[in-house]
Amino acid sequence: MQHTFVAYVEDKPGVLTRVASLFRRLNINISSVTVGGSERPNISRMTLVADAPPAAGHRIMASLYKLENVVQVDDVGRFSSVSRELALIKVATTPKTRSRIFELVNVFRARVVDLAPGSLMIEITGSESKIEGLLQVLNENEDRVLEISRTGRMVMRRGHHTSRVLEALGDVESQNGAVSVPMVDALPEEEETLHNDSDLPHQQP
Amino acid sequence: MSTQEHTRLTGAEIIWATLEGEGVREVFGYPGGAILPAYDALRKFPIRHILVRHEQSAVHMADGYARASGRVGVAIATSGPGATNMVTGIATAMLDSIPVVCITGQVGSKVLGTDAFQEVDITGITLPVTKHNYVVTRAEDIAPVLRDAFRVANSGRPGPVLVDITKDAQQATAEFDFAAAAPGKLGAHPMLSVAEQGIAEAAELILTAKRPLILAGHGIIQSGAMSQVRALAERAQIPVACTLLGLGSFPASHKLNLGMMGMHGESWVNHSIQEADLLIACGMRFDDRVTGSLATYAPKAKKIHIDIDPSEINKNVAVQVSLIGDLATVLDQLLPRIRTRDGAAWLHSIDRMKGDAAVRDIKNLPDNGHLYAAHVINDLWHATSGDALITTDVGQHQMWEAQYYKHEQPRSLITSGGLGTMGFALPAAIGAKIACPGKEVWAIAGDGGFQMTSPELATIVQEKLDINIAIINNGYLGMIRQWQETFYEKNYECSPIFSPDFVKLAEAFGIRAAAVATRSEVMKTVEAARTHKGPFLINFMVEQEDTVYPMIVPGAALHEMIRRPSANPLIETASDV
Repeated sequence: MQHTFVAYVEDKPGVLTRVASLFRRLNINISSVTVGGSERPNISRMTLVADAPPAAGHRIMASLYKLENVVQVDDVGRFSSVSRELALIKVATTPKTRSRIFELVNVFRARVVDLAPGSLMIEITGSESKIEGLLQVLNENEDRVLEISRTGRMVMRRGHHTSRVLEALGDVESQNGAVSVPMVDALPEEEETLHNDSDLPHQQP
Repeated sequence: MSTQEHTRLTGAEIIWATLEGEGVREVFGYPGGAILPAYDALRKFPIRHILVRHEQSAVHMADGYARASGRVGVAIATSGPGATNMVTGIATAMLDSIPVVCITGQVGSKVLGTDAFQEVDITGITLPVTKHNYVVTRAEDIAPVLRDAFRVANSGRPGPVLVDITKDAQQATAEFDFAAAAPGKLGAHPMLSVAEQGIAEAAELILTAKRPLILAGHGIIQSGAMSQVRALAERAQIPVACTLLGLGSFPASHKLNLGMMGMHGESWVNHSIQEADLLIACGMRFDDRVTGSLATYAPKAKKIHIDIDPSEINKNVAVQVSLIGDLATVLDQLLPRIRTRDGAAWLHSIDRMKGDAAVRDIKNLPDNGHLYAAHVINDLWHATSGDALITTDVGQHQMWEAQYYKHEQPRSLITSGGLGTMGFALPAAIGAKIACPGKEVWAIAGDGGFQMTSPELATIVQEKLDINIAIINNGYLGMIRQWQETFYEKNYECSPIFSPDFVKLAEAFGIRAAAVATRSEVMKTVEAARTHKGPFLINFMVEQEDTVYPMIVPGAALHEMIRRPSANPLIETASDV
């Protein structure tokens, strides 16, 4: 099964190796990892996606916590969350196919960010299935995809959940109780629809 | 040098000043180019340096020091080969969760990554075998990093930490403020929590169990939870089985102590586990050497697992209740809910399981002229009244020690359990003796393992240490031979091993020594070693093809052990007592 973890880690040399090495040791393949800044200075946020047996989630999370540079871990797969990925796709074009691809890009609410005589570059953001949807259509249309660069999944839990990093690092607000940390298992009906992931057609336009 | 003043020191001085501030009085090490600035500054500090003969031994000594005293052990080495030699010692400490801080010199920060002379990526190499490691390239970072290293090594589930300090960081100067370098306040570990509900569930299971059993592990000693475990066992009349590293956590002579569990545990101990309806695992990790086949492990038992490391929960054995936290603290929460309980029926049925196994024991056989390792260990136990601190290597002698030396006190057996490191006993004994100079220390090793670290005899002499050494010499790599006998049709490939004359070898180092080949000589030679002021080595020439029983074949169920032969085939004249 696919597990998704969000880990807050110290922004220091070698931390990525330590996290990666943990998965290596457990012989678990990381299917995607994204690392970048977070709401706290000197703390990076990683989203890790890995295929592992269902029961492995606890072990991975507990093992991540054993790393000194890991501040917080969340097994976000268990919660309602928003998942996004950014992809750059370079497609071969001819004068005949170009306008059709532009149309496709519009339907997917993607953008064309570079135009060259024989190719164009599409920037698309969305759920993985949306990106795969676009790629599928391009393939079905026999447009030649020249290059794909995908960032991998980044995930954030929905609603009122705020990173416990604030609390762990002794943030004043959280001590005053201003930052609530509910364990959101299920959200109210209207909120669920409000944040519905399907901001766009999946698979087929 | 006072650690309170804010003085400007070199990085080298900061290393020692920080160690002094952390309460370190002894370190084990070996100098070399990249750590020379530190050695140059050593004379200014009240720290004893024990010069080892190999850096692996330096870590084993720091490890033995930590296991004997409960304090963090410190080992120091140079870059490159000095650092790589430490790796086996570090892994040994990692697998047994021992707090050790290793300091290595490193080439100058300007040439890091250039394959400079004696440069090696030691933090990369030791990443999977340390709890954490650090590279320090600036003098001002040395004190905070070293202090953090001590915190990491000694907190939660302890473990080894390595701090790699570049030569230029040792040579530069910086303000030194020990107090200001203290590790920052840490948030609570979110997975470390014992809910009141878990305590209540555990208490309910304990009070309703018919056949409960405590599995006593190393965590009891690490946490200092001996009295709590004893209180639990005595109040609810629960028998106790120990892991190898748990020996000493519960007095061997206590009527509730069944003995060691696992691959070479006594038959009734393993049968009790298989028959139990509740296992209370205290600071142990269901290692494959104690469970046998997981599919058939303790099939009738519910399990309560108390451990400080959340990643151990449900790792090998699925449990019904897990209490994650410091064992002593958890048991303090649990004990008020435990009422006295009548355990007579269960204890009686365990006694029945003992049957004749308890008496059909090699140590009870009359002297027939053969010398068995079991006799040696049993006599050593009698001679030392069970009060000695014993270190062992890995293998047959280790198992015989665990079976026949009855440990009453925690920290009285120091052995490489998880990694099973040959050559551990001698350097670990040195570390233990440095930590506890008043203790009688015996290193017990096989003829194979002893040869792996025997140069440390010179360290014993140079440091004037009163350590006794017992070599259980059977001319084989004994446990290898036993496996070849059992699983490889007695194809004794590469297990017969030549040894030098250990008596002459010891004498060459200036160590008194004697050889013993008959049982009648054992006691008086052990007494001679004990009364001799200074180190003493005894070469026990034991039966060559003796086997450790009982034995559970790897992968077999815990109750399917190979028992001791009713009459040992090697003892032609002995009758079964």
